[in-house]
Amino acid sequence: MIRRLLAVWHARNLEFLRDRPTLLFTLVLPLGIVIGMGLIFGGPPRPLFTIGVLGTSSAAAADARPANPLLHERYTQFVPVRDEASGLYRVKHQQIDLLLDLHGPVRYWVNTDSPKGYIVEKLLIAADPGALREPVTGQAIPYVDWLFPGILAMNMMFSCLFGVGYVVLRYRKSGFLKRLHATPLTAFEFLTAQVLSRLSLILFVTIVLYVGIGAILHFHSAGSVALLLLLAVAGSLSMIALGLTIAARIASEELVGGLLNLLTWPMMFLSGVWFSIESSPHWLQRIADILPLTQLIVAARAVMLDGAGLARITPHLIYLALMTLIFLAFGAWSFKWRVD
Amino acid sequence: MPVSAPILEVRDLVKRYPSVTAVDGVSFSVPEGTCFGMLGPNGAGKTTTVEIMEGILAPTSGQVRYRGEPLGSRSREEAGILFQKTALQDFLTVRQSVALFRGLYARGLEVDEVLELCALEKLAHRDNRKLSGGQQQRLLLAIALVNDPAVLFLDEPTTGLDPQARRNFWELLESIKARRKTIILTTHYMEEAQLLCDEIVIMDRGHIIAQGAPERLLREHFAEVLLELPRHDFPEIARALPLKLIDGPEHVEISTHDLDGTLRTLVEARVSLRNLRVRPANLEDLFLELTGKELRT
Repeated sequence: MIRRLLAVWHARNLEFLRDRPTLLFTLVLPLGIVIGMGLIFGGPPRPLFTIGVLGTSSAAAADARPANPLLHERYTQFVPVRDEASGLYRVKHQQIDLLLDLHGPVRYWVNTDSPKGYIVEKLLIAADPGALREPVTGQAIPYVDWLFPGILAMNMMFSCLFGVGYVVLRYRKSGFLKRLHATPLTAFEFLTAQVLSRLSLILFVTIVLYVGIGAILHFHSAGSVALLLLLAVAGSLSMIALGLTIAARIASEELVGGLLNLLTWPMMFLSGVWFSIESSPHWLQRIADILPLTQLIVAARAVMLDGAGLARITPHLIYLALMTLIFLAFGAWSFKWRVD
Repeated sequence: MPVSAPILEVRDLVKRYPSVTAVDGVSFSVPEGTCFGMLGPNGAGKTTTVEIMEGILAPTSGQVRYRGEPLGSRSREEAGILFQKTALQDFLTVRQSVALFRGLYARGLEVDEVLELCALEKLAHRDNRKLSGGQQQRLLLAIALVNDPAVLFLDEPTTGLDPQARRNFWELLESIKARRKTIILTTHYMEEAQLLCDEIVIMDRGHIIAQGAPERLLREHFAEVLLELPRHDFPEIARALPLKLIDGPEHVEISTHDLDGTLRTLVEARVSLRNLRVRPANLEDLFLELTGKELRT
């Protein structure tokens, strides 16, 4: 028995080691996860308080330090805030603990409902007793409400990428695609049919989840549900198209699995499903912005939590539509009906 | 054999892969309404040639013309194809599988008509994964017929079937032949080719080594009959006799024009004729004669 076991073990090892792309992924993926986690969570001890500095860039926020003694306190983090409206929004929802305006006489906005705001205000008054106070009120968005759009979007991502990628691969390996190729069906028609089939399925599942979880959480979207549906369509399409592109010509399950993992893991962490990556390095946030899941989640949160209208999410919709077109065109162009 | 304009013309076809030339300068034409057989051992280049004719594989050089035109949407719309190995989509019934393919063509037969033609009516609602080998092939044939094709490509359609299922399939093909379809058939089975084909090409290592009607080819190559004796009945000493011998794994065959004279020679040499069999030459013998190797290798 041991001999047979060893024979099979050896043959399988050879197969695995000779499948170079898969081997590479097996090694690269965990390494990537470790490096990614290090970038997101690593570095010096995390700050206790986040203070927005109005009208500054990242570099200017750092340069502003000498201007106000508060900025020298330890365990505080300064984030640039583009304009007063977005700064006030973040104070109101307790996403930052205090908003500072250093142009002219020092002004600050603090949320009187926020415990952290209360403490950081004490620090500011101690450092700069002359600062002008602008009180704001508002509850923090409950984590579960904040998480809800992310979870829905993540579920869509997995279903779109794995559901489509593996199915096309299976069709190719079994020879079913080769048989279809012998008919007048074109690659674009086949891919479009796959997209539409998965889209209807994922929309159904997402609607069921939205209604079901929403009822359990007593969640009501602040914005239009029709807009959410539009976003769900745009987001699903882009990720289905991405899945099809991955599976367009590969004939190895393990390679497709590796590639899909390589896409889904970073998206799951960088796209802000579980936590905001605002305090991560700036370049990492730019990378996150490229990911379709980030675009979907940012827009879905804007609609569900802030009641954003069509105008505000249009850039996200355009971006998702563009990605869909690019992925589908590339997928159709590089599509292979058969295993070589 | 019906004579008509070629529906398919293959000219100087070459297909090279990095390590092998699968098809090496093959030319022939297929008259409309005939059953055209392609014979040869595995690796002879039959399937590659057929797949290029079907338009799903690009040749390295050479050309295939369908009704005088290069392959294109018309040939694709009018061809029915049964591959050597075809997987269907899981979880579909026989009827749904046929309907799926019917939906891919602009015109064709009704789904029920195709099911009836291939004797599948009673299996219409069965999961396509739960069919026997013969039933599975009948379903694949039904799918190949769904667009009422002018040309039907059948790549080793009866390989792996038991003798009964094979005979049933041949009967089915006879009925399709009667509808004046052009059939391109690749096969290992000589009986199949002799029964169904009006014209054949024999391929080996990417080349055509013989072409014509089966009966004519046999007449041209074999004016002789074959005497078959079990090896154990054929003493070594008899090998010295002036006979044309062909050694098989279990039998020794003697090819001769002069049956009486050969029988006399054997009797005089005291060779036992108890298990002697006399048979006409078949395509298998022709292949052996042309290449010196068995067809089914």
